[in-house]
Amino acid sequence: MGKWSLVTKGFVKDNPTFVLVLGMCPTLATTTSAINGLEMGLATLFVLVLSNIAISALAPLVPDKVHIPVYIVVIATFVTVLQLLMQAYMPAAYTTLGLFIPLIVVNCIVLGRAEAFANKNTVLDSALDGIGVGLGFTLSLTVIGLVREILGSGSAFGFKFIPGDGILAFVMAPGAFLVLGYLMVLFNKYLKK
Amino acid sequence: MAAQSTLKNMLLCLTLVCLVCAALLGGVYAMTYKPIQKTNENILKASIGAVLPDGGSISDQKTTSLDGKAYTYYEQLSGGAVQAYAVKSATTGFGGTLELMVGVLPDGTVYNTKVLSHSETPGLGAKCQTDRKFLDQFQGLGPDKSVKLRKDGGDLDAITASTITSRAYTLAVSNAVELVKSLKKEN
Repeated sequence: MGKWSLVTKGFVKDNPTFVLVLGMCPTLATTTSAINGLEMGLATLFVLVLSNIAISALAPLVPDKVHIPVYIVVIATFVTVLQLLMQAYMPAAYTTLGLFIPLIVVNCIVLGRAEAFANKNTVLDSALDGIGVGLGFTLSLTVIGLVREILGSGSAFGFKFIPGDGILAFVMAPGAFLVLGYLMVLFNKYLKK
Repeated sequence: MAAQSTLKNMLLCLTLVCLVCAALLGGVYAMTYKPIQKTNENILKASIGAVLPDGGSISDQKTTSLDGKAYTYYEQLSGGAVQAYAVKSATTGFGGTLELMVGVLPDGTVYNTKVLSHSETPGLGAKCQTDRKFLDQFQGLGPDKSVKLRKDGGDLDAITASTITSRAYTLAVSNAVELVKSLKKEN
């Protein structure tokens, strides 16, 4: 497998949202607008790349029976670092995403990539894998957010182009499930070959 | 592949990993402590500025209580006299605590209001931050007017389909006005 395909496989073939169906909690909860989806995706990307690098470097040294606790500590550390940095330098994004930043610790994608990829591959490959899966997740969340924002608020990336209120249901939880479901169908029918 | 698990190396490994992580976190915490303080201060200052008239200097935060509820407020001083008060007022909305900054003139007139934090439903109650039709009703609301929704016998219109949020918002404003009135009585 070439290095480039490690990055690109996260977009379509191993897309974390539409194909692997991991990390559904932030996917459903934070995609009320395209910007929110994008921010959540990038926050996860940050943690994913760092934890993949750290775990691939640590994995050969960690005794098998305690590898999960070690991974969780590493992931939780990076999430807390992210939380502090966002609080200091991106207060607006921190306020909107709120609780879902600390919840990245239990995002299945992060631990999933640690278990499935990082602990048996080199540091470089794991970093690329983290970037690929993270970008795939960011892309999916932004698309879901964009669709929900257009239908629910009549705007895209905060730019309002349809006057009025939009279809309220799409801003709320039912809309999240509907949009996710239909996008998953379209994605698997047309993109995944 | 992973090393053999023995009690000794498991203990050693976990201890080391935790120590390194704790050190890293301590470092980042120390590094971001000041910027976070500053950011929070700026947010607070901006929200105080947004609800008060221009001019004057803002006092340090003061605390008081009214009807068993604790409040934090700031005085805006101009030429030795209090020109206006900014009161932090929290009530329970639909989704949790709704916290407002309410600017009140000494005679009990509401100057302006701003949401500090909320957990209202997006698209419904969360509109209490942006719905001008609702928010403008509070600007310049005189002390003789009752701060109540039309449904509760007042003159204020609620946000469509968000009565509970509107009621909480109104109550927070009304509490702030009462607080300022009681402060004036004390002086």
